[in-house]
Amino acid sequence: MSAHSVTEPSPASKWIAGILVGLYAVITLIPLIWIISTSFKSGPDSISYPPKVVFEPTLEGYVNLFTTQSRPSAEDLAKLPAPTTWYDKITRERGMIISGPSRFGQRFLNSVIIGFGSTFLSIFLGTLAAFAFSRFKVPLKDDLLFFILSTRMMPPIAVAIPIYLMFRQLGLSDTHLGMILLYTAVNLSLSVWLLKGFIDEIPREYEEAALIDGYTRFQAFYKVVLPQAATGIASTAIFCLIFAWNEYAFAVLLTSGNAQTAPPFIPTILSVGGGIDWPAVAAAATLFLLPVIIFTVLLRKHLLRGITFGAVRK
Amino acid sequence: MAQIRVENLRKDFGAFNAVKSSSFTVEDGEFFMLLGPSGCGKTTTLRMMAGLELPTSGEIYIGGEEVGMKRASERDIAFVFQMFALYPHMNVRKNISYPLVSQGIARSEVDRRVAEVVRILQIESILDKPVGGLSGGDRQRVALGRAIVRQPKAFFMDEPLGALDAEFREHMAEELRALHDRMGATTVYVTHDQLEAMQMGDKIVVMNHGVIEQFGKPQQIYDWPATKFVAKFIGSPPMSFLEFEGAIDDGGNAVTIGVSRIEVPKSREGRKGALTLGVRPEHVHLSDEAGLRGRVAAVEYLGTTQIVTIETAHGEIKARTASSDAIRTDVPVGLEFDRRSLTLFDANSGIALVSEANEGVLTRG
Ligand SMILES: Nc1ncnc2c1ncn2[C@@H]1O[C@H](COP(=O)(O)OP(=O)(O)O)[C@@H](O)[C@H]1O
Ligand SMILES: [Mg+2]
Repeated sequence: MSAHSVTEPSPASKWIAGILVGLYAVITLIPLIWIISTSFKSGPDSISYPPKVVFEPTLEGYVNLFTTQSRPSAEDLAKLPAPTTWYDKITRERGMIISGPSRFGQRFLNSVIIGFGSTFLSIFLGTLAAFAFSRFKVPLKDDLLFFILSTRMMPPIAVAIPIYLMFRQLGLSDTHLGMILLYTAVNLSLSVWLLKGFIDEIPREYEEAALIDGYTRFQAFYKVVLPQAATGIASTAIFCLIFAWNEYAFAVLLTSGNAQTAPPFIPTILSVGGGIDWPAVAAAATLFLLPVIIFTVLLRKHLLRGITFGAVRK
Repeated sequence: MAQIRVENLRKDFGAFNAVKSSSFTVEDGEFFMLLGPSGCGKTTTLRMMAGLELPTSGEIYIGGEEVGMKRASERDIAFVFQMFALYPHMNVRKNISYPLVSQGIARSEVDRRVAEVVRILQIESILDKPVGGLSGGDRQRVALGRAIVRQPKAFFMDEPLGALDAEFREHMAEELRALHDRMGATTVYVTHDQLEAMQMGDKIVVMNHGVIEQFGKPQQIYDWPATKFVAKFIGSPPMSFLEFEGAIDDGGNAVTIGVSRIEVPKSREGRKGALTLGVRPEHVHLSDEAGLRGRVAAVEYLGTTQIVTIETAHGEIKARTASSDAIRTDVPVGLEFDRRSLTLFDANSGIALVSEANEGVLTRG
């Protein structure tokens, strides 16, 4: 037996761990890579068998995703002036012309408004509530905290019908405000609990020092506590955004046009016209992934620190 | 600067009584020590004085004004926390200037005052560093700087040296005392370290279980403890006790312990029953003729002096003698005490009997 320290794993186990993690990464990334590469394939390439790993990339899928198109007769096509823009060209090569924008852009924008709006609101309300629970003598504190958590104990969709009826009464059906409020309500329990944990870890002395230094309780909160809680806020925000961004069931039920988000819209691309336009579907999926990935990468540093927060004492 | 008066201050946390009816006065410009074992209510008392905790009852006067229910920010005091509580997301300069910014003081004035504080504390070199990487001593200085820059009516410090290592603590204690002597600011300083309290304080309050046991100058408290608790808590080694059944008359000047008669300062009250005689180690002398006998149990060498532990039928006595005295263990010895330095206690209540020696200094809260 070779001697190695008790806390430091042996080289062999490091290798094994490395290989396992690598393998796991490949397995989880393959579908993602497949979707992204499909979004850059042409229609025939996307369904060729055996599947093409090397192909000539094209933006055809993205153009199809953002536009509605029609197929004119051969002589009409010949009469048209030459295409001027790159997307016109891509469409024309397939014997089609662009007749207008699709609804995807607007649905995507809805997702951004509702996803980020509800995340902001969840964090804003959650931080204030968590601060109060952490610092003040709230009557029935433990019961209230349990009650807040208990709203998470049943699947939200179990109350879909009451919410549907309520929204109809209140005129919130198919509105951005309605969806923002709904997702905020669902996320709030998570955000209060997570943030309370983070704020509990911040020593009270910081605020007390600020109080003595002549700041009001609220100034002490946003000038001293908030910067300290940035880590927790960032990781909580990511969790909230991921939920609101991916939510499907409520979106199907409560939105149809005006406030419809991307998740219920994307499947409708599948059933347009005759064959399924796989590159367009893949392009939609790729674009849909992008905001969450960007948001997570931007907050990555905080996220890693946030998740290991309680474990490491400074 | 200001006088601080605390009257019948009390704090309950639910059913738990953390501070029981404390009264004491901190004179203008005094370096005042709040001393007691961990958990006795020192921090709670200080936090009530600072406005971080509301008193259950009682009054606090700062500069003649009752502030018990006022916000911390309205009391014009500075607080140095045990863990310093420097704002972690700001650098040293920002930390020090932060209290001034809240008062809306002009930029140039802020810069001038920060510069002055920085000069006093000699921290020019770390002024633009983040507080995260600072050493314990530098953090301590920055925390002091943040307090001084305000020029408040009083400074409150909660075990400010507690987080430093022993060697450095001594150095900072001197620095702190020198700073106080230069500025003459009323300071209330919490510590559980009796040596620190004796070394630095103009006046000391000794607390135990939320009760003020004694209040006075360090030497008065050391020489004339008001209770057995104070006698045991202060001094190293602390006061030794002889427990006995006996009596003393009002005006009496001796007690009988076993068969030996021991002279004490003239008593101002009579008492009969379980009594305790307290004696400091430096007032014990070994003498072969003495009537009170014991046996040497241990000798502890301390350099110039040594501590001799003697077992008697009435309890263990510690004596401080010159290291040059050759003393062997397990030999019988006689004990003599300096008559004028002895204190008698009621053994049950633990309270000192009043005598002509201590009558002037016994102040209990
Ligand atoms: N916020 C609080 N709630 C309940 N008990 C407290 C609180 N703060 C202090 N105590 C209790 O009051 C007692 C005195 O505490 P403290 O003033 O911090 O003691 P010290 O500073 O002398 O060590 C302790 O027994 C402590 O547990
Ligand atoms: Mg304390």
